[in-house]
Amino acid sequence: MQAKHQRLILGIIALAAVIAAGFLALVAFKKQAAYFFTPTDAVKAHLPLNRNIRLGGMVERGSLIREKDGVTIHFRVTDGYQKIAVSYRGIVPDLFREGSGVVADGHFDPSGSFTAETILAKHDERYMPPVTQQQAAATQTTLQEK
Amino acid sequence: MIRLANPHFFLSLSRKLTPWLGLAGILFSLAGIIGGLFVTPPDYLQGETVRILYIHVPTAWLAMGGWSSIALASLVQFIWRHPLAGIAAKAMALPGAIFTGLCLMTGSIWGRPTWGTWWEWDGRLTSVLVLFFLYLGYIALSRSVSNYSTTSRIPAIYALLGAVNLPIIHYSVLWWRTLHQGQSISLTHSSIDPSLLWPLPLTLIGFSCLFALMTIFRMRYLLAHAQYEARLRRMAAL
Repeated sequence: MQAKHQRLILGIIALAAVIAAGFLALVAFKKQAAYFFTPTDAVKAHLPLNRNIRLGGMVERGSLIREKDGVTIHFRVTDGYQKIAVSYRGIVPDLFREGSGVVADGHFDPSGSFTAETILAKHDERYMPPVTQQQAAATQTTLQEK
Repeated sequence: MIRLANPHFFLSLSRKLTPWLGLAGILFSLAGIIGGLFVTPPDYLQGETVRILYIHVPTAWLAMGGWSSIALASLVQFIWRHPLAGIAAKAMALPGAIFTGLCLMTGSIWGRPTWGTWWEWDGRLTSVLVLFFLYLGYIALSRSVSNYSTTSRIPAIYALLGAVNLPIIHYSVLWWRTLHQGQSISLTHSSIDPSLLWPLPLTLIGFSCLFALMTIFRMRYLLAHAQYEARLRRMAAL
């Protein structure tokens, strides 16, 4: 066997091993590297009250209440299975709205609700002009009515 | 391929390519940026903020494409021992680092109005920052190894090991829960509406041409530097 071929085979084996190592690391860190808890995870994990965590999910439609002072809000975060009531005092990002993604940084209260110190908005991977979105929403409503 | 790998042939080809790459890079980038800033409609959710996409996404692709190319060239250098492959790998480090830096900056500027934060340590953002540091490390390493030696294999090994970060960046938004949204574009599918999508390939082609142009400039410099060093050595031996 030529030295060149030997290096080729060695190189390919080394590269495959390195990439496999990366994938293994990804899988191993899957839980630890999660940026936020979903409501289901947060309920299952029985987190201590004073521990700061990030809670992420969708702002449930119809759950958003603004208090009279103008800066305090209450809403529910849901992942489709569990719902958690969240209160926050402060200014929210522009993209924070009902039916959209949210990541709240804060802690649980003894009552089981969540007090957020920071609110981040999370958006999905879809981009479209407003007209298309209205059409899509209209189609969805018609389908639901049928 | 073998003819192309001849440094003399490469030099004459690169001289002819340089103006065309520069022209195409500027024209395509301008067309894409003008289209993205003035022609496309705003996004239904983000409004006008979405327009930074036409800069951010191509820089992100080139950041990853740059390291993939460095790793590939390093593999070629490692196996076939061809000095031009080593020079190509070293030449791509600077444009790669520049585009990764641009990707991080534009992402940060985009994150502030949409997510409400300049920076968060989520999987995607952190792994791209690691890529940026990998580039800086590679540049430092390839400079330190006997002043741009064309045969040193230490940077090549580093580049191949660093390639492990590429699948991590790609899958970070699929496998981990992140603040960064999932991928919008795959080979078969795009969740960006066609009316918003079309300037993106233009800026991608434009930026790629500029990346290639920077790489060719760096390769010519490194070749000239290697010749100069060789001449100095010959003179010292006399």
